[in-house]
Amino acid sequence: MSILVNRNTRVVVQGITGKEGSFHASACLAYGTQVVSGVTPGKGGSAVDGIPVFHTVEDAVRETGADTSLIFVPPPVASDAIMEAAQAGIPLIIAITEGIPIFEMIKVRRFIEEKNVRLIGPNCPGIITPEECKIGIMPGFIHKKGHVGVVSRSGTLTYEAVWQLTQLGLGQSSCVGIGGDPINGTSFVDVLKLFEADAETHTIVMIGEIGGNAEEQAAAYIKASVSKPVIAFIAGITAPPGRRMGHAGAIISEGQGTARSKMEALRSAGVTVVENPAAIGEAVKKALP
Amino acid sequence: MNIHEYQAKALFAQYHIPVLRSQVATSRQEAIAAAEALSTPIMAVKAQIHAGGRGQAGGVKLCKTPKDVDDFAARILGMPLKTHQTGPQGQIVRKVLVEEGADIAKELYVSFVTDRERQTVALIASAEGGMDIEEIARQAPEAISRVSINPLFGYQAYQGRVLGFRMGLPITVIGAWSALLGNLYRCFVDKGMMQLEINPLIVTPTDQLIALDAKAVFDDNALFKNKDIAALRDTDEEDPLETRAIAWGLNYVKLDGRIGCMVNGAGLAMATMDVIQLAGGRPANFLDVGGGASAETVKHAFQILLDDSHVKGIFINIFGGIVRCERIAGGILDAVSELGNGLRSVPLVVRLEGTNAKEAKQMLADSALHITVADTLWDGAQKITAAV
Repeated sequence: MSILVNRNTRVVVQGITGKEGSFHASACLAYGTQVVSGVTPGKGGSAVDGIPVFHTVEDAVRETGADTSLIFVPPPVASDAIMEAAQAGIPLIIAITEGIPIFEMIKVRRFIEEKNVRLIGPNCPGIITPEECKIGIMPGFIHKKGHVGVVSRSGTLTYEAVWQLTQLGLGQSSCVGIGGDPINGTSFVDVLKLFEADAETHTIVMIGEIGGNAEEQAAAYIKASVSKPVIAFIAGITAPPGRRMGHAGAIISEGQGTARSKMEALRSAGVTVVENPAAIGEAVKKALP
Repeated sequence: MNIHEYQAKALFAQYHIPVLRSQVATSRQEAIAAAEALSTPIMAVKAQIHAGGRGQAGGVKLCKTPKDVDDFAARILGMPLKTHQTGPQGQIVRKVLVEEGADIAKELYVSFVTDRERQTVALIASAEGGMDIEEIARQAPEAISRVSINPLFGYQAYQGRVLGFRMGLPITVIGAWSALLGNLYRCFVDKGMMQLEINPLIVTPTDQLIALDAKAVFDDNALFKNKDIAALRDTDEEDPLETRAIAWGLNYVKLDGRIGCMVNGAGLAMATMDVIQLAGGRPANFLDVGGGASAETVKHAFQILLDDSHVKGIFINIFGGIVRCERIAGGILDAVSELGNGLRSVPLVVRLEGTNAKEAKQMLADSALHITVADTLWDGAQKITAAV
């Protein structure tokens, strides 16, 4: 098994006729993902790389049985697109878009809470179950099927970690990018819960960074409820306080959210914390059960 | 994005949040003119910089006459002001706000702020205003009240009322207090803020509420909706290299080390800084050229790194991903030959990973340029640290 997505997942791409949307829809299709439809309001009836395009998510669900949405629409209308997907009954929504206003996301959270929807992201690379299904912008070839679950707030840093694993022959069950924004749909705890319950996942890699307290919450959860070995890296030990490090959520404010405090919380929960980002793969190898 | 106190107070006026009469001045002459125009027995002259702690650092002075105002303006304008938030070099004061005085019966604290943990907006208030909220939290945590706002319904008057009674506010100001919070929340939401703080919000002996200070932090992602706010950006408060980086769409933060880094992706950029330190070096900056990394962005990134005189070596760490590595290598080679002279004296280590990385490394190694090719993240960090 795997978590959240597999070879049976049926994907609709919102914003499929845009530059990013069409490029990545084709890349996901080429990886073997069932990309069954796309949505661009006003372009219904057309097609992208053989994928039929609809005006609305509602139409795409009815006509193609899509059960997962991948969102590429630009920031000013992305929150609207997420709500449209949720209203159309899509249970899993993956938002790649970077730059959605924070208050819009706060409203989206409330909107989807009542609908039993899982939102991944925004501002994330997406999710992949290697050799089955890629829903996002990550390069497929760096992944390999296996038993390490990866969860991360970052994009390219996740690729770095995954590539280290693959080169050591350590495949992955699923890799989930939860995104770099301060308000997002899915937390570390949510994904840890899924990995803990997934029989195919034997070891978990968690990649956090400065800002907020999601890693501290994850530490508390791991201590109480995770039996599998967890290896963590926290980016930003050299980041100065008060400065935003690229990601909207990566900021140390009023002494809160430092890499050091996150590392300490994770260590005290029994997690193997790696200080060197080049040594994540090796640490996983050592921790194998 | 941050703005100055005088700019935030101008916003307050639009939202019927009471402020005192004031004028901003950029010179001694303007400061004197402001003092004369206010024509009031007591004035506060306040340095306008994007940092808190101005009072304790000597950036605020009570003055009685235009002459006092001039003396203080002469002393502070053009000078660096160092507070616990500015860093050791301080921030140059280019403007002062000359404001009329007010009688204070009580100082309150109030703010609306993005609450990451509860994923909503929090309203925070305390009857112990005047000192930093962190200080209140240390000394009297029980004096801080907190309410979550439902973003779909917005602030409700009862929330302010309940807070006000909990804080022991006199019954005569509860109505005005609750209304003021409503205006503050509207301002917070309309203008796309992450934090809006009044500290202190004073109660006068005649039961008036007045915002004596104002701090607003904006969500950069919402600036596209509010051109009036984007126009308030003060580039004097930024490092000039950071201002250029923003114009080129690069994410750049200057640090104080000697190894310049250029990386694609924010998380990997932070991790690259960390690994340089682990190898014994010190990063000169955070620089994210974006997930894709085109030849154009690579060239701009080089220009920024080379204009930082502290940079004694450059480490490029690109995880190619979907963009093929030969294209990135081509971009690096183009940029290096175009900027040739500037780069001659600075060691350059490049680590490329991803699609066709092997061919790309060969391209770099075969070029006549002085580029050291690294195989892994750790290899690159060690090579650049050894070279600097």
